[in-house]
Amino acid sequence: MKGYRKYFGKKIIWFLITFVIAVILNFFLPRLMPADPVAAITGKMASGMTDASAVQEIYKRYEEEFGTNKPMWQQFLLFCKNAIRGDFGTSFSQYPRKVSDIIGSAIGWTIALQLPAIIVGWLLGNILGALAAYLRKGWDKVLMPVSLFMSNVPAFGMAVILLVVFGVNLKWFPIAGGYNFDMIPNLSWNFIKSVISHYQLPFWSIVLVSIGGQAVGMRSMSIYELNADYVKYARFLGIKDSKIVGYVFRNAMLPQITGLALSIGTMIGGALVAEIIFSYPGLGSTMYSAVTAADYPLISATTLIITVMVLLVTFLLDIVYGFIDPRVKAAQFD
Amino acid sequence: MKNTLRQLFHSGKFVAGFVIFVAILLTVFIYPLVNPGDPLEMIGVGTFARPGTYVSLYDAVRTDTQTLRLSEADDNRIAKALSAEDRVAMVEWFTTMGIDVSDLDIDDTDALLDLWNANYDPSIKPQGMTMAKRNYYKRLNNSLQEIRAADEIILAEPDEESGALVKSDTISKTDYVNVSQVANVKNLPLGTDNFGRDVLKELVSAAGTSIVIGLIAGTVATLIGLSLGLLSGYLGGFADDFIMFVTNVFTVIPSFVLLILISYSIGQEQRGAAVVAVVIGLTSWTWTCRSVRSQVISLRNRDHVNLSKLSGHSMIRIVLTDILPYIASYVVMAFILQVSTGILSEAQLSLLGLGPKTTETATLGLMMNWAMLYSAHTNGSWWAYFPVILTITLISFSLNLMNTGMDQVFNPTLRD
Repeated sequence: MKGYRKYFGKKIIWFLITFVIAVILNFFLPRLMPADPVAAITGKMASGMTDASAVQEIYKRYEEEFGTNKPMWQQFLLFCKNAIRGDFGTSFSQYPRKVSDIIGSAIGWTIALQLPAIIVGWLLGNILGALAAYLRKGWDKVLMPVSLFMSNVPAFGMAVILLVVFGVNLKWFPIAGGYNFDMIPNLSWNFIKSVISHYQLPFWSIVLVSIGGQAVGMRSMSIYELNADYVKYARFLGIKDSKIVGYVFRNAMLPQITGLALSIGTMIGGALVAEIIFSYPGLGSTMYSAVTAADYPLISATTLIITVMVLLVTFLLDIVYGFIDPRVKAAQFD
Repeated sequence: MKNTLRQLFHSGKFVAGFVIFVAILLTVFIYPLVNPGDPLEMIGVGTFARPGTYVSLYDAVRTDTQTLRLSEADDNRIAKALSAEDRVAMVEWFTTMGIDVSDLDIDDTDALLDLWNANYDPSIKPQGMTMAKRNYYKRLNNSLQEIRAADEIILAEPDEESGALVKSDTISKTDYVNVSQVANVKNLPLGTDNFGRDVLKELVSAAGTSIVIGLIAGTVATLIGLSLGLLSGYLGGFADDFIMFVTNVFTVIPSFVLLILISYSIGQEQRGAAVVAVVIGLTSWTWTCRSVRSQVISLRNRDHVNLSKLSGHSMIRIVLTDILPYIASYVVMAFILQVSTGILSEAQLSLLGLGPKTTETATLGLMMNWAMLYSAHTNGSWWAYFPVILTITLISFSLNLMNTGMDQVFNPTLRD
């Protein structure tokens, strides 16, 4: 157990350091933007006012409220202090809503959409890839080019195609939003039905895109393992084929888990853009509206949340990996 | 080198990818020569003109006509004049009349018209049908009759002195003009976009720009990744620890997020295509760096490298002559993947509204972004977005095929 503690301890320290750097980047980068959003919001509030000193007054009040009149490092400390309490300030574009409220209402949608979609895509992709490697001819000849092609369709492209085919033309599923626009979220049967039917297109567009990439990766890993010496030796010993295949796929899965940990950031990025296509009420659409409205408190909070989500998933995958990879296990017990 | 190339061109996958990519490149270079002009010129007024050949009506009336007696001409006219809603409305009429329409094909104009002529009677007032709806049917019926009855269109020009209209020419239903004799015919194979730009021309230029963006991003990412990886792997010690620290941090922080943050902080004004490309390169070098480093570490203690060290060669020379050639194939493969990721990243950024400035260049991402903003996907203008998706997919597909092919050549364990 001591070995494990060391392994996890190291991972946790890593996680924390990366987290701090992510917070710093998330805070400072959007604030380097040349435009002055406080001026923009003052302009919106003060439209029609002719008294220059009153406009000045409004500007000062907003500066006070958003804290933009203080030096950058004080703003940063204040941001950290408030962020610990879960307060990310006030949104510029949806004033006077709190950033944490906006994100709170979006994050559930994103997690409920992306986590299952990525897991299902990963599982299906790995099964198909393993089958392609094992069955070779026929399957492989068809499946490989198709998977490779599919994995290169950008997530937003798949989203648009599914939307047009199944939403606009066949009218099987609704094309926008997370639920019918005339409904108020509640726990009624009708609402759940509406949520499920709105869920289908975004879900499958993410799944279809991730299947391809995973299948290609799994196939080459499996072929690599199938050609390894231990397989030849096992065949030589006359061990049953099904048993060998079991070993092979277990070994081939390991790099796939690392691969998932490394690519999860990219996958989430693609899926967030797919959300925009469906105007799904998740973080992707929130980010889109924040970007178009130059709302940097909202942008930095959204990107921070996404970063933390990716960090957490990567961390979890690292832990899982530590448990199942015999090499890591062996290294810890040396 | 020659041998490697020959091996590469024996790999089916590599060749397929190479052919697709070269075909796209050739189109990008040759099409502007065939069809010169500014790709961002707004030729159309109004949004999303359908793909097809556009014949100038003004010129067509002034072109010498030829009389052709085609028996199906009237039917074709009616078929074109009947919109989808009209057809549905006609079927509705039949059902209110109590006619079985279960085996009626709504697109079969002949059958529809036969049934219509047999069953429509303007004097019938079906139960529950509004006045407006009845008038609609009357108008529909009249327009159908008119298409059959009308004989000619009269062209008139105002008289210069009196200002009164004087009949100058008539166009009868059997008049045809030869398209090759009409002065102005514009072929728009992919129609126009929301700004009225020629989509095909724009697409070709956008594909070019996007490939350049991918190449710049790939070069920046590969150069940074390669040099940091070489330094880190060859030097070891503190340099290695420090570089790996930075690399690990930027591997875990999603490059997509960094990309958004940096592009946003640059501001709309400064964001040209080249700047976006460099930013993409700056955020995607980490995995090249990691893999170069691990390969260099495995090479570092090979005999030929040690021999070189003993001979007193400088570090730069050792790296360039004893290490780089061994990882060159890998670096090229990584570069190819970086190019394809770069193109995709640009598209995603543009969809978020963080792409290059729109007015100067077209990129695949910007075309996609505009098509979405003007809801081409919901109003049926497939030509504004589908070719764009297909182009992105094909470019990235061809690059990945090349990469897989190279992988199989350089990595014998993966061979089929």
